[in-house]
Amino acid sequence: MRQALLPLLLGLPVAGCLALLVLPPAVGDRVAVRLGVAVCGLTAAVAVLATAVADDLDLSWVPSLGLRFHLGLDGISAPLVLLTAGLTFLCMAYSTRIMPVDGRPRSFIGLLFLLEVGMLGTFVALDLLLFFVFFEVVLVPMWFVIAQWGDDGVPGGRVAAANTFILYTLLGSAVMLLGILLVRAKTGTFDMVALAATGGGGMSHDVQVLAFLALALGLAVKAPMWPLHSWLPDAHTAAPTVGSVLLAGVLLKMGTYGLVRIAVPIAPEGARVLAPFLGGFAVVGILYGALACMVQRDLKRLIAFSSVGHMGFVLLGIATLTPVGINGALFANVAHGLITGLLFFLAGAIKDRHHTASLDDLGGGLYQRLPKLGGLLAFAAVASLGLPGLAGFWGEMLALLGAFEPDPALPRGLYLVFMALAGIGVVLTTLYLVTLVRRVAQGVSAPRWRDAILLRDATSHELLVWSPVVVLVLGLGLWPKLLLDLTDPVVRRVFGG
Amino acid sequence: MTATQSIDLLAVAPPIVVAVVAIGVLVLEAFLPARLAPVAGWVSLAGLAAALLTLLALRGETRRTFCVPGRGLVLPSCSYVVDDLTLVFQALVLAGAIVVVLLSLDTVRDSGLPAGEYWFLLLSSVSGAVTLAASRDVLTLVVALEVVSLPAFALVGLRRHDSRSSEAALKLFLVSVVSTAVMLFGLSLVYGTTGAVHLDRIAAALSDPAGREPATALGVTLAIAGFAFKVAAVPFHFWAPDVYVGAPVPVAAYLSVVSKAAGFVGLALLLTKGFGPYADVWAPVLAVLAALTMTVGNLVALRQRHAVRLLAWSSVAQSGYMLVPLGSAGRGQTSVDAVLRATVAYVLAYAVMNLGAFAVVTLVGRHRPANRLLDYRALGRTEPLTAFALAFFLACLAGLPPGLLGLFAKVVVFQAPVTQGVGWLAVVMAVNVVIGLFYYLGWAALLYARPGGAAAAPRPPSYRISWSDGLAIGITLGAALWLSVLPRMVLEALG
Repeated sequence: MRQALLPLLLGLPVAGCLALLVLPPAVGDRVAVRLGVAVCGLTAAVAVLATAVADDLDLSWVPSLGLRFHLGLDGISAPLVLLTAGLTFLCMAYSTRIMPVDGRPRSFIGLLFLLEVGMLGTFVALDLLLFFVFFEVVLVPMWFVIAQWGDDGVPGGRVAAANTFILYTLLGSAVMLLGILLVRAKTGTFDMVALAATGGGGMSHDVQVLAFLALALGLAVKAPMWPLHSWLPDAHTAAPTVGSVLLAGVLLKMGTYGLVRIAVPIAPEGARVLAPFLGGFAVVGILYGALACMVQRDLKRLIAFSSVGHMGFVLLGIATLTPVGINGALFANVAHGLITGLLFFLAGAIKDRHHTASLDDLGGGLYQRLPKLGGLLAFAAVASLGLPGLAGFWGEMLALLGAFEPDPALPRGLYLVFMALAGIGVVLTTLYLVTLVRRVAQGVSAPRWRDAILLRDATSHELLVWSPVVVLVLGLGLWPKLLLDLTDPVVRRVFGG
Repeated sequence: MTATQSIDLLAVAPPIVVAVVAIGVLVLEAFLPARLAPVAGWVSLAGLAAALLTLLALRGETRRTFCVPGRGLVLPSCSYVVDDLTLVFQALVLAGAIVVVLLSLDTVRDSGLPAGEYWFLLLSSVSGAVTLAASRDVLTLVVALEVVSLPAFALVGLRRHDSRSSEAALKLFLVSVVSTAVMLFGLSLVYGTTGAVHLDRIAAALSDPAGREPATALGVTLAIAGFAFKVAAVPFHFWAPDVYVGAPVPVAAYLSVVSKAAGFVGLALLLTKGFGPYADVWAPVLAVLAALTMTVGNLVALRQRHAVRLLAWSSVAQSGYMLVPLGSAGRGQTSVDAVLRATVAYVLAYAVMNLGAFAVVTLVGRHRPANRLLDYRALGRTEPLTAFALAFFLACLAGLPPGLLGLFAKVVVFQAPVTQGVGWLAVVMAVNVVIGLFYYLGWAALLYARPGGAAAAPRPPSYRISWSDGLAIGITLGAALWLSVLPRMVLEALG
């Protein structure tokens, strides 16, 4: 019974997707969104239940490949599963009233179902090849979401943005597949649990370095790590609101989760050799993200670039190879998912109302004309810059703390430099987010907006959808133990300390 | 001892059934009144199905026939062997041919092709492919390969009033003759140095390290070049796109799936069963061929605007993937057996997904004879099922979920170079998979795109899909879906 929970978690969205596929289009369009809310609500409930009591499931799938249908849930994956199920449910709820311009709810919701299967599957897979399969599942639906429901206001148009996204990620994951197959060739197994327990299961030092490099490259594209991030701004900007939320909120985490779950535990020696490079790129990403944000003129693009910086902190935390840093990374992962998810919801709402997300066109005065949206934007921005007491603070602080005292095998002096630079990054992040609030929220409305009668402040439907995120951002900020108690035991078991 | 041979008739039943039906159809058609014309097609279908059924009786133990007795320490060798590999490929060839016949039923009726000749040529070629899978000496191998190819020229050129068709037939003929000559020259060199025609005896002769001669290596390489023509590997590929476009679409499907599979099984048999000890000579050659083939195929496919031409180039690229395991073979029989299994797995998966794609393209071609990619725009709105099938086949060919069949097949292929330590080939293939995705996805996206500006024209009426087309698409789609969930049947075809 407990073993059935994880397959159920994946099976519900699959069933939803199949149901929409076989329903006649007219009927499908009518019931899609309601079905989406119901199925994703149920999935979220199963996710909560699974976090409490689920058991591993280990079935043989394709023996000749060594592929096993091995699912499991622990403290590292549970927060992300909950985040995924929760955000997807909110996205479905959001879609009940607000659909992308192109409509076609049956296809749209069907793709979101498929997306959810891939995201959840990635987090619960305990077999390397199965992880890879789920990792790939998200690509096609996300491509369609961006290419068909997206917005053309990016260089080259939405299809180009979607293509860049899928080609980058696929190139990364092809390299990752080579790494996975290398691990299998040298150890004879895809089982993550066994491989992590033996710390590489007898791979020589050189093989570990190569395996870590291949695995980390593929995952770093997804995370994204500077300089492999260039697919991200266009994809996030072009995607419809719900797509951006899931892209930033969940898809990026698949990369960092993979590093924590696969690359570091399975090739620990390789990780020790390459972690300083990872840390270095992470810090460059933090600074680059912050600096790039200062010159952005589009709200969604700015939030997209801020993700590069925030994911830099996550990567830095992982690069310390210490339990503190990795706990920080996992915390920052979830915090970023919530906060950036909220920011994209808000940016979408602002864009829908003004039909532009350009900061110049928007001008100031959001408090004045749309006080609720303005207030929420300020709240999310402040959370994003890491104000103590909100969720954004703890993860990044722990990552910095980890960099202060990295794994003994790593050069401490270098990590102190990383820490200092990342500290500057925090300052710069604060600077651009405060500037953003000042530019958009404060001041007086431009005449064109003042006279526009159709601008409605956040509706109660929107507030209802966003409120769980706001509550969680506050909750995790005030009571970080909630999450750390979940991750810490597992992290200490896997990474020592 | 006299050299009388006892022939195991059951073992040779599949090719004989097909050949007899081929002749029967040719004769029958001449006497059929016009209103009963479709009967010839149904008889062909029944013949192929009967041949497929005989395979059931052959399961189990290995059967050998046409054997020469051994002398002293030399074991008897057989020219015709029915083992797992044979059965798997015969099943592939016959099942593939059934789908091609289903697709041809309407084509033959509508385009005025001479029905008797069409079915006769198709079945003759199939009988050659079925024989090829069981051949275990180079002479039978070459003869069987020619039986596959010769009727194919005529099939391609059957549209007598179409100049493209004649040009394609001529091109195919010339290329094929040249490649056969090259291959025969190579094989005769090998015969000269080893004194054997049976694959197992060639392998035994070659495994003596003292007896390695440059002439043998040259012979092996030339034989590979000959097969490279047949499977359309770069740089011997240039005939494929023109021929595919010039031929009726079901014939193109036949060439790109059944005939190509025959080429691959011949190549794989020759290399792994005969030239196994020379793996260190032929593997690097094939690795380079594989890398070139997939890269050129994919890059050119990127620029195609015509559905059949795109499939032609994509199947060139897919040939490259199929060559990857052979290209990463190392020394030793275990390594050679492993790459054989990987090749077989990919060829099987490829056959299902490529036939499926061709089936949909055939169907669309009946309504839009130009068969440009643009004709597929917004097909998902008018023909949801057909569009879904094509999208799924394309996902399989790209190797991306939900097309898990293609993904697993690619993993199998990737495994070969990674485990054998041919890293560069794995990296080249990784890059190629990404390039390939671009055009497969572009096509799939077109299916679901908004109707273009030109589509201000009234919505095209729904296709009326005949039972044979529907069955062909249904069989391939069903197989692709089934194998995506439970791929063991293709991945573990050789146990």
